Amino acid sequence: METIPLNSPDREFIREVQERSGQNVLACYQCGNCTAGCPYNFAYDLSVSRVMRLVQLGQREAVLKSHSIWLCATCQSCTTRCPNSIDVAKIMDVLRHMAREAGYATERNVKAFGDAFLESVEKHGRVYELGVTATYIRKTGRFWTDVDLAPAMLPKNKLSIKPHEIRGKEHVSEIFKRFRERDAVKENS
Amino acid sequence: MSISVGYYPGCSGSGTSVEYDKSTRAVCKKLGIELHEIDDWSCCGSTPAHTVNHTLSAALSARNLVLAAKQGQEEVVTPCPSCLANLRTASHKIEDEEYRPKVEALLDESCEEAASVASTLQLIIERVGIDAIKKAVVKPLKDLNVACYYGCIMNRPPELMKFDDPENPMAMDKIMEACGATVLPFPLKVECCGAAAGMPKKNIVTELSGRLLEVADSLNTEIIVTACPLCQMNLDLRQGQVNRANGKSYDIPVVYFTQLLGLALGLSAEEVGLSKLVVDPTPRLRFADVL
Repeated sequence: METIPLNSPDREFIREVQERSGQNVLACYQCGNCTAGCPYNFAYDLSVSRVMRLVQLGQREAVLKSHSIWLCATCQSCTTRCPNSIDVAKIMDVLRHMAREAGYATERNVKAFGDAFLESVEKHGRVYELGVTATYIRKTGRFWTDVDLAPAMLPKNKLSIKPHEIRGKEHVSEIFKRFRERDAVKENS
Repeated sequence: MSISVGYYPGCSGSGTSVEYDKSTRAVCKKLGIELHEIDDWSCCGSTPAHTVNHTLSAALSARNLVLAAKQGQEEVVTPCPSCLANLRTASHKIEDEEYRPKVEALLDESCEEAASVASTLQLIIERVGIDAIKKAVVKPLKDLNVACYYGCIMNRPPELMKFDDPENPMAMDKIMEACGATVLPFPLKVECCGAAAGMPKKNIVTELSGRLLEVADSLNTEIIVTACPLCQMNLDLRQGQVNRANGKSYDIPVVYFTQLLGLALGLSAEEVGLSKLVVDPTPRLRFADVL
């Protein structure tokens, strides 16, 4: 069994989660309502109420290395049902941001899918669904991803073989560029 | 009374959910709603953007609300709950005077003038209304047992979405009843289908969508009615994968509410894009004398 050292909480971690989410994590009294309603609990390594407790205890590594924060789909059950009105889904989102920034990606394929999606938006201004699939396969090497769907999908003739380019695609790609520049400045300051 | 609003179709509307876009436009036209597609709209960023950074997500979405305002639209509607959640979140962030400059810095333009956003479902039920729908029905969906599945974010979190009940939404139930269908008491209305996990973590979708299909089947559901492109895709296109993973053989059609509403209003199968669905609903619709 893993032991959690309670004598050395990472207070900076607690502060950062609170500041970035705008939520008071100390308001959580561990009723477990979030976990009871979480559809993803069966796939989690840490239940969402346990994630909340570990944040309260300042356990940066344990939280940011968990698989759960990558599997959460922001379905909002936890946020909707929290008796203390904590936006738990927002905290999960912020933890995912922090894990990304710290270079952790315990669910590599989930990260690869998100990256492939955003690369498509950056390039074309809108999502190009076949392009996302191709980029995802290139990033993960999972060549057989969803090929079993092809017989059902292809006759429906829904997927465009060309991206939907918009006139303002540069405006969109500049949003990404400025975001990266802004983050680079933040890291250096 | 004619209603005129901006329209944000969302990226899947020109791909995997082309029939949702088509039937939404056709139904709105039939109900006297003028939809003005935002010229040169871009992706809202969807789930991937908000999982990377909230300001990036807000800027990608806000671009569209600012564009709509420039094109003279104060209000935008979208059929897709995921687009709605992102656009609505961005709307809140740019209303906040402390947060707005961060979004403007990424967007490189002012966000002071921006349109508000709602779902087409909300527009139809609140501005057209059930009585008007009842009057407009020419082909009642009688003898059709449907279960309405809203997905997780059409109504949640309630403070953000401000529409219907977050645990037991009724908007689609009421519309389907107005069309003459028998609406079953589906207990998993707002449970997640597995969302975007289909590609990277298929076992999540086969488990969660498997539960939805199992319960729908136990109620003898003839057709599942949805309002979300991702829910519809997981339940319809991936129904075979779900069956293979769980040793089942469900064959339940999963349609958009606008498709059934459209048929009830007298639109043709072609006009609501029925042939784009994977699990074919036409045998049941013929049996119920809708087609």
